Amino acid sequence: MSIRSILSKILLAGFGTVLVAAISTAAQAQSTLSQVQGKGFVQCGVSQGLPGFSNPDDSGNWTGIDVDVCRAVAAAVFGDADKVKYTPLSAKERFTALQSGEIDILSRNTTMSMQRDTALGVNFVGINYYDGQGFMVRKDLGVTSALQLSGASVCTNTGTTTELNVADYFRANNMPYEIVAFEKADEGVASYDAGRCDVYTTDQSGLYAQRLKLTDKDAHVVLPELISKEPLGPAVRQGDDEWANVVRWSLNAMLNAEEADVTSSNVDRMLGSDNPIIRRMLGVEGSYGENLGLSNRWAYNIIKQVGNYSESFERNVGVNTPLGISRGLNALWTDGGIQYAAPIR
Amino acid sequence: MSSEGSSGPSTATSAVGRKKGSISAFLNNSYYRGIIFQALTIALIVGFVWWVVGNTVTNLAERNIASGFGFLNSTAGFSINFSLIEYSEESTHGRVLLVGLLNTILCAALSIFFATIIGFVVGVGRLSSNWLVRKLSAAYVEIVRNVPLLLIILFVYIAVLQVLPSPRNSFSLFGDFFWNNRGLVTPQPVFESGSGLIFFVFIAALVMSFFVRMWARKRQMETGAQFPVFYTALGLIIGLPVITYFLAGQPISFVFPELKGFNFVGGINIVNELLALVIALSMYTASYIAEIVRAGILSVSHGQTEAAYSLGLSPGKTTRLIVIPQAMRLIIPPLTSQYLNLTKNSSLAAAIAYPELVSVFAGTSLNQVGQAVEVLSITMAIYLSLSLLTSLLMNWYNASMALKER
Amino acid sequence: MANERTTNLYTRTEEVVVWLRKNLFSTWYNAVLSIVSVYVIWVVASGFVNWAFINAVGFDGDRDTCVMYAKGACWPFIEAKWSQIIYGRYPEMERWRVDVTFLIGALAVVPMLMPSMPFKRANAVFLLVPYPILGFFLLNGGAFGLEPVETPLWGGLLVTLVVAIVGIVASLPIGILLALGRRSEMPVIRILCVGFIEFWRGVPLITVLFMASVMLPLFLPQGVTFDKLLRCLIGIALFSSAYMAEVVRGGLQSIPRGQYEAAQALGLGYWKMMGLIVLPQALKLVIPGIVNTFIGLFKDTTLVLIIGLFDLLGIVQLSFSDPSWSTPQTAATGYAVVGIIFWIFCYGMSRYSQFMERYLHTGHKR
Repeated sequence: MSIRSILSKILLAGFGTVLVAAISTAAQAQSTLSQVQGKGFVQCGVSQGLPGFSNPDDSGNWTGIDVDVCRAVAAAVFGDADKVKYTPLSAKERFTALQSGEIDILSRNTTMSMQRDTALGVNFVGINYYDGQGFMVRKDLGVTSALQLSGASVCTNTGTTTELNVADYFRANNMPYEIVAFEKADEGVASYDAGRCDVYTTDQSGLYAQRLKLTDKDAHVVLPELISKEPLGPAVRQGDDEWANVVRWSLNAMLNAEEADVTSSNVDRMLGSDNPIIRRMLGVEGSYGENLGLSNRWAYNIIKQVGNYSESFERNVGVNTPLGISRGLNALWTDGGIQYAAPIR
Repeated sequence: MSSEGSSGPSTATSAVGRKKGSISAFLNNSYYRGIIFQALTIALIVGFVWWVVGNTVTNLAERNIASGFGFLNSTAGFSINFSLIEYSEESTHGRVLLVGLLNTILCAALSIFFATIIGFVVGVGRLSSNWLVRKLSAAYVEIVRNVPLLLIILFVYIAVLQVLPSPRNSFSLFGDFFWNNRGLVTPQPVFESGSGLIFFVFIAALVMSFFVRMWARKRQMETGAQFPVFYTALGLIIGLPVITYFLAGQPISFVFPELKGFNFVGGINIVNELLALVIALSMYTASYIAEIVRAGILSVSHGQTEAAYSLGLSPGKTTRLIVIPQAMRLIIPPLTSQYLNLTKNSSLAAAIAYPELVSVFAGTSLNQVGQAVEVLSITMAIYLSLSLLTSLLMNWYNASMALKER
Repeated sequence: MANERTTNLYTRTEEVVVWLRKNLFSTWYNAVLSIVSVYVIWVVASGFVNWAFINAVGFDGDRDTCVMYAKGACWPFIEAKWSQIIYGRYPEMERWRVDVTFLIGALAVVPMLMPSMPFKRANAVFLLVPYPILGFFLLNGGAFGLEPVETPLWGGLLVTLVVAIVGIVASLPIGILLALGRRSEMPVIRILCVGFIEFWRGVPLITVLFMASVMLPLFLPQGVTFDKLLRCLIGIALFSSAYMAEVVRGGLQSIPRGQYEAAQALGLGYWKMMGLIVLPQALKLVIPGIVNTFIGLFKDTTLVLIIGLFDLLGIVQLSFSDPSWSTPQTAATGYAVVGIIFWIFCYGMSRYSQFMERYLHTGHKR
């Protein structure tokens, strides 16, 4: 090998390194919001297909209650809810994808827990669905309570809090059990369907969603007990308060809109409302949007294009969808639920 | 740099090169050039590693991700449905690592055993004088070898689950072994005091067999007289522990499985995931081993067989004493790499929930603690050491089988 | 005429009997083996035919018929998902681009594989340089007025082929360099190459893919990320280059010492000696080995489903979770189809490898 060619290779390699370093410092200087504004879309981490939460429909468009959070953020930032790109993530990858900057928001039916909030470098900004872990069994077993599950085989998937909750629950009630933990949720459901397990467990909303995938969904029943608290919500990277605010208030805007009865169909009329709460929310009064680093029309865009929380809920998981979930805990605080958004003022 | 630099130590360079001064001559000396090149490479690699480590450390710190190996001592909190050692939810992540490693070794060892048997049978079958057996073996090899292993694993798994009945309708063997869609349930031995003696006698019998073999060899070398080593060893290894068992007052008892509630209680449950994995892995690897065995046997020249026949050896003895030992020299090196591949392939168990190393440690534990760098480094290091260990063992065996020239 | 036929028939039967006796019933254990074999073939073949044809639901059925006759394959499922199996979620309007890429690739590869075709060098150069660039722009878009299609939308056979082909094309040069390095006289280079090769050969591909998908982003400076498919390709290329290096090393070792000495005597430098004399001979010898590595890599692409890319197997698995197609036989049918597709590709390649082995063997006979 000639020295010239060696040297040129070394130079090339060195140059490449410098280039990458230069790009990275340039990238580092920007906040997430300006990065997002610069590239023109929000990169959103979603599940690999959980009906009602984040699932591609037949034509490949992502829909679901988690997807609506991403769409709301895009509507707030760009005034266009479609400026979102989706990254389907397994449970295992989701936090690293967020940490590494591959995605801007993680909105993937993720439980907020202290371990995750403190040790994983992520920051939960709100709760868009209050859930709890439940059990699904075959009807013909005649089981009516989770306390009758002593000795059962339990199928679930790894990478979530469910495995730990099952362990805690069965230990607390002094019941033996066998756990079969699959890499992907689909495989867990399929094996449950094939008879490998007596019980399938995941968040209760997930049970309703997964039940749709069973050969005969009416032969299975979801047990009434909830064995854990599972507040599901979107998360962002730690250390970028500006971006955390954008996501947090996009979610709050949807809840506040429901509280004020502003929907996607009446939002234009509501612009002329006298109610100061609505006027502040829709940007007629004050400069709340500008304080977020967005336009004052941010909430108007969310409501107009995505709808309020109730619309999103009923469209994706509500009683009139195949999932058929009632509002329950997720009703507004004024209706007996615990969804309670901080006011826009 | 002069353009002649590239043409190496040719006659044209030297005249010009010398005039240009000693630097050019120095650079054209392949010895020094080599040193410079190596030094630069080292510098580049060190720089690269330094850059990567620096990035990682900054990233972990900035994103507030915990680091270090402290998590190995923290409580895991989840359950594992198949373990060779004591394990409960209170065990640590370090224990999870051990459970996963042992499960990996178990499934690799079982699969290696069966793959070798199937592989030899099919490989010999491909050379059979029976046309049907030959074609059947060839079809097996061509079908299994050309389909991805992951697909075979998934397919075997659903096939196993679909064929097997629910626990209530289990297939039963002698009334003590049950097979259902949860797994294979066998009686569990309980070792009481005195059972250690049986184990000790078993080991002693193994050692004795070894010495008998050595003595028999030596005698055969000196006198030519043969000694039935195999049957003697079999008698020692089985007979002595059995005698001890009765002499010590039958210290091993069994807990028999009983159907209670959802599944059998008591006994050992060998989960179907392990069975499916072993079936799939050994079937897949056997198709490669068959080809290796076939090539090995074909490589032994026909003259060897004819010579053996003319010495009056029976066809069985010819195969056993003449053909196989010579074929083994060709078979062992590729066989080693198949064993290595099989061990690595056992990591695909993650797809069907068999709790081996990748599935529980690089899966569940990684998810609980979120320390990807540490967990994956440990996992990779373990596989590397397993590979090296297998290589060493097989190389040692290979050396003992190698052509000895006297 | 009639008589002739009878005699013919008679000798035919006699021939068959002789053949049977010689090949199937020569000894008593051969007879037993034959009967067992016939039984095995009968069980497997009848089982498959029953499942795939007799008890199966044909293309005219739908999900409900599949649930009703739950004994055999559910072919309507395959019909409904076929375009996804090939293209993944690639936008329907743009799928012609995938077809064009495959077509050009096939047109370039076929003459490359036929030893009798001329212009091998130009063909190889086209396949190694302009074709990947062309393919990238065609598939990825974003230039020349083509709509950009992001890699998360890619799937099915498309991803399988992209991963396998990019893996092999990228691993070939790296593998050659590693093989040369492993035989280098410079100890540092040798040790580094041996270490590199043994490391990648010693770890399972699945951990490499985990590393590429989970750890690689942590190694890079903050804010620098790249596509998941690309990350996975890097992992696969590094992994297969170690195997490729060993294949190439085998070829290098089989080149007689005299070739090196002759090249040195002509005054060729190291790279000229390797590039002009040794490598062309060595690479030709290891073509079967390269094809076998490619088969292995092709099968290994299924592992990318574990890190969430939807290759052939991944996309079929994904479609199992479609509620409108959940039947007892959906999974078995899907796996069978994937198995058959993979088998066709791999068997074809292995036959080619065997053909080349024979072809090259005769070329070197003295």
